[in-house]
Amino acid sequence: MTALELSGRRPVLRLPRLLDGISYYTVTGLREHERQHGPLPAWGRGGRQRPDRLIDLVERSGLTGRGGAGFPTGRKMRSVATGAGKAVVVANGAEGEPASCKDRLLLTRLPHLVLDGITLAASAVRASAAYLCVHGRETDLLASLEYAVAERAAAGLDPVPIQLAGIPGRYVSSEQSAIVQYLNGGPGKPTFSPPSTHERGVNGRPTLVNNVETLAHLALIARHGDRWFRGIGLPSAPGSALVTVSGAVGRPGVYEIAQGTPLGQVVMMAGGPVERLQALLVGGYFGAWLPAEVAWKVPMCQAGLRAAGGSMGAGLVIVLPDSSCALAETARVVRYLAGETAGQCGPCMFGLPALADAVTDLAYTGGRGRGIDEIASLVPLIEGRGACRHPDGATQLVRSALWAFEADARWHDHRGPCAGVRRAPLLPVPGDEGDWLGGEDEWWPGGDDGDWPGAGDAVPGYGQGTWR
Amino acid sequence: MGYELRVNPIACTGHGLCAELLPEIIELDPWGYPILMSATVPGGLVMHAKRAAATCPTLALLLDRSEDRRR
Repeated sequence: MTALELSGRRPVLRLPRLLDGISYYTVTGLREHERQHGPLPAWGRGGRQRPDRLIDLVERSGLTGRGGAGFPTGRKMRSVATGAGKAVVVANGAEGEPASCKDRLLLTRLPHLVLDGITLAASAVRASAAYLCVHGRETDLLASLEYAVAERAAAGLDPVPIQLAGIPGRYVSSEQSAIVQYLNGGPGKPTFSPPSTHERGVNGRPTLVNNVETLAHLALIARHGDRWFRGIGLPSAPGSALVTVSGAVGRPGVYEIAQGTPLGQVVMMAGGPVERLQALLVGGYFGAWLPAEVAWKVPMCQAGLRAAGGSMGAGLVIVLPDSSCALAETARVVRYLAGETAGQCGPCMFGLPALADAVTDLAYTGGRGRGIDEIASLVPLIEGRGACRHPDGATQLVRSALWAFEADARWHDHRGPCAGVRRAPLLPVPGDEGDWLGGEDEWWPGGDDGDWPGAGDAVPGYGQGTWR
Repeated sequence: MGYELRVNPIACTGHGLCAELLPEIIELDPWGYPILMSATVPGGLVMHAKRAAATCPTLALLLDRSEDRRR
């Protein structure tokens, strides 16, 4: 089936795809959205096409999850569709990575792409309930999404009504088992598996949890077909991806790239480095540091980054200049991650603060020759010992820092802190920023019983530096 | 048919009884939480593993038959 047959419109074989026609100033309404991409295809209206054909299409397209794990979306949909009982679809728009903005950009500017995707996914797995989850403190975002959902309800687009849910703002609350637990009435913390959420999720039913970017891609694949999707990107990693580039670049922001674009080219898209480069942090705070000379030619896709020791994660690239101290930056992030533990598993609850102490000591006071060994002995005590991947993400970051900045780490260990530790920090860490900008509090103490912050509370904007 | 040990890290609160009862397989980390040195239980230790799993105050130590690990 060709792309033309599917949508009756000429498909876009170039970039941008998701961000085509985006207005950075206003939210794209339903009519503009349909003018841009064409109407929601018949799958979504319970009409002519059989729903499982959509799953075939997604499997052929090679679409993978864009939330971090990179699991094949078609396979996930298939296992939910064949599970016991009526399925549930959960769209995960609760972007946990402090430096990532891509999901927020989609939700605030192009909500109908995501909502189309939810409805398509719901009809594909024959779901009887659909949720869109964002951070509960983002009241403006929830209000604008409510408007978009109402627009669609008036047009009769969504046979399964899409329910909005505001979840707690913790780093680990956007983990899929945590979201499911929250929707089930829990505090929104990761749970012990098996059973996994696609077997037994919301209300004990098979639950499809997808990142909102994944669902936006689904909205376009349903219109233009799998061959169109594979028209750009690599055979092993087809299609496009949204990446957030920040740090020492000329134009930090969200960019849409063909999967497999070399990291150097991605950095150049964002205006290029504004200082001499030291390294790139790819994937996110669960990602890895890559020295600049290694990173420049690495293709930005799951396989390419894995081979270089990193991961695609949520599509994050942070450019670290030569003048910054990579260990100090890492120490701040590990301290943040230690604070974001759900406090459920001992090795995470006690291990991450110990790891943060060790890395902070090495970065800011020097290790007196034992710092690196101490970190190296802590890492195996933490790794793989939590119910979720939170502790593993933190150790992966530390491990990559010791590898990428080995000489720097040895210098710190024997001679003390370098000059870079006195530079203003680069990586955004929510707690810190709150201190400078007047208390943007990430933590809701107590049971997190869904209490929303009052109207006067801060709603973070795009990227770093514009949190107010 | 073999047996495999697992720890539910959320349920575990570090009482440490398992390491007392099954020191051949379980040791404690600096914070008092169990580290399994191997997941599979050698035949001679199965009785001890069963006792350790049954004694855990929070029922966090799980002993599964090797095949039915994933329900």
